[in-house]
Amino acid sequence: MEQLFTLTTLTGILHSTIRLATPYLFASLGETISQRSGVLNLGVEGQMLMGAFAAFFVVVTTGSLLGGVVAAIFVGALLGLLMALVSVSFRAEQGISGIGMYLLGLGLSSLLFRLTLGSVQSVRGFAELALPGLSSIPVLGPALFKHSLLVYVAFALVPLVAYLLNRTTWGLNIRAVGDNPQAADTLGVPVIAIRYATVTVGGAMAAMGGASLSISAVNIFQENMTGGIGFIAVALVYFGGWRPVGVMLGILLFSLVSALQIWLQLVGIGIPSDLAVMLPYILTIIALALAPQRTGQPAALTRPFNRGMV
Amino acid sequence: MFKHGTTVAVAFVLAVLLTACGGAPATPAAPANTDAPVATEPFKVAVVMPSAETDLAWSQAMIDALRSIQAEMGGEEAMQISISENMFNVTDAAAALRDYASAGNQLVIAHGTQYGTSMFEVARDFPEVSFAWGTATDTGEAEGFTNVFSYNASAEEGGYVNGVIAAMLSTSNIVGIVGPVEAGDAKAYIDGFEQGVLSMKPDATVNKTYTGSFGDTAAAAEAANTHIAAGADVLTGSAQQVVGAIGVAKERGALWLGTQSSQASLAPDIVVATQLYDWTGVLKDIIAKIQAGTLGGTAYDLTLENGGLKIVFNSEFPGVTPEMQAAVDTAIQGISSGTITVLP
Repeated sequence: MEQLFTLTTLTGILHSTIRLATPYLFASLGETISQRSGVLNLGVEGQMLMGAFAAFFVVVTTGSLLGGVVAAIFVGALLGLLMALVSVSFRAEQGISGIGMYLLGLGLSSLLFRLTLGSVQSVRGFAELALPGLSSIPVLGPALFKHSLLVYVAFALVPLVAYLLNRTTWGLNIRAVGDNPQAADTLGVPVIAIRYATVTVGGAMAAMGGASLSISAVNIFQENMTGGIGFIAVALVYFGGWRPVGVMLGILLFSLVSALQIWLQLVGIGIPSDLAVMLPYILTIIALALAPQRTGQPAALTRPFNRGMV
Repeated sequence: MFKHGTTVAVAFVLAVLLTACGGAPATPAAPANTDAPVATEPFKVAVVMPSAETDLAWSQAMIDALRSIQAEMGGEEAMQISISENMFNVTDAAAALRDYASAGNQLVIAHGTQYGTSMFEVARDFPEVSFAWGTATDTGEAEGFTNVFSYNASAEEGGYVNGVIAAMLSTSNIVGIVGPVEAGDAKAYIDGFEQGVLSMKPDATVNKTYTGSFGDTAAAAEAANTHIAAGADVLTGSAQQVVGAIGVAKERGALWLGTQSSQASLAPDIVVATQLYDWTGVLKDIIAKIQAGTLGGTAYDLTLENGGLKIVFNSEFPGVTPEMQAAVDTAIQGISSGTITVLP
């Protein structure tokens, strides 16, 4: 028990928390942008899987990590465009089309993996990068400033997305389109174009979340390797009240409990492992139930825009 | 009426999509040369498994055994194998089992403890088809089943031997175990491993964690990270999730002991040894029994003594010493002869 309160353990838990948060950050921030424009993209998991595969495949075949990142972004944007086509242009029920996107990503990434690579192999992914100076701060240094490049990028996206949404004309338009597309339309805001853009960016970011697993955290691709992260990422957007900083705090809490439960098992505290692995999910459900009634939810979320129809 | 038709059509398309993505039962390929006279009908076997056939673990061990028997019997003409992989959803697996039973397979294998209930339901409806499932010890004889075989792996035995190796390799005297779900052969392996470590080094620390999933690669990776952060320099783990943990171990320079299938191809520098599950003997015996008219009733068990479990060192790993080899031989002999009791 006292092993849980040593500095090594504390550093370990924080280090795990930051690393675990990374794929969620990419996916949830992308989903935040998409939802703020009024489009629920439930297909994040499928886009993550495709991003994970695309990045891994390019790194296996070319050895280029940058190439892997570019491939993930490209494939994710493509799937985002497809999602936008179905949700925005065809005005499909967003919950259903998202499930379709998930199944497409799951099936296609498995199929492509089978056809091209065939069996499990590992790659040399992004190495840990200790930030000089900062990483030598006791306890916090190694926990916060000794991570792979994609981890820093994920956290840098938080202020970036917050700035985009709150301080730019783009962000103003995105929020207008998400809250009242009819009004935005009459003011000359290109509703359809903006939704296409947000869903495409969201897809690319989800794919980066997948890539952060396959070429940074795990350095392996396996079928269905995201194991539900994409769905939790969508829930965490609600959890964070559609604000990037709130979303990040939700992710950090979820990741902290995820990291903590592994350590609880490791030090043999005596709680059943089945209960321990449930902790982060139980916490999320409780927090969602106790959260204030969806303040900040875009008013037009999941409602397709159809000019002339209200 | 039209509306109803549309609903049915949509449901049908959805069903097709869902099964396609969940890994539909592979349609058995038509015999390659239909016009050539075939002496006897091929033996038809179907297997439903929870992960990919290339998972380097649970499912691959079974497929490797089936393929080697197929090659021995004379290829596709002598034995047809239908595979449904990635059946992590038990409801899908149940449907696949029923399809296979009605498609003329002589042996239907439900390769996962979680499929037991569904398998027995299907077995009741198809008394002329033989079923096998594992890991399990129940052939349903008490309930009147005569067409069910069960197979088990005494994974704790190889776990013990791997534990002995881990204890000898560890310099920090901390070893970590990345477990999947605290049940079945995974738990047996893990508890045996712990006993093996402590038999060599009673003061060593054995840290155990479970991810709560057989296939969550990312969770296994994080568990491995945690073990290494806690000071472990030798790791082991079980189920198809372990590839994630091995990736991390490789990155951070920890050693790995494997079980089920050999994972040496993934990380030749750090995989020291593997407890291999060799189902060949069990399957051969089942097939011989079916061909002789007995459709079930036998509970098999892989052990070190009967050769179903094998400890195989990775020839590319340089750190295997003669003392280690000797300790392993002693442990195997002790377990086989009964002087060492694993998990009493």
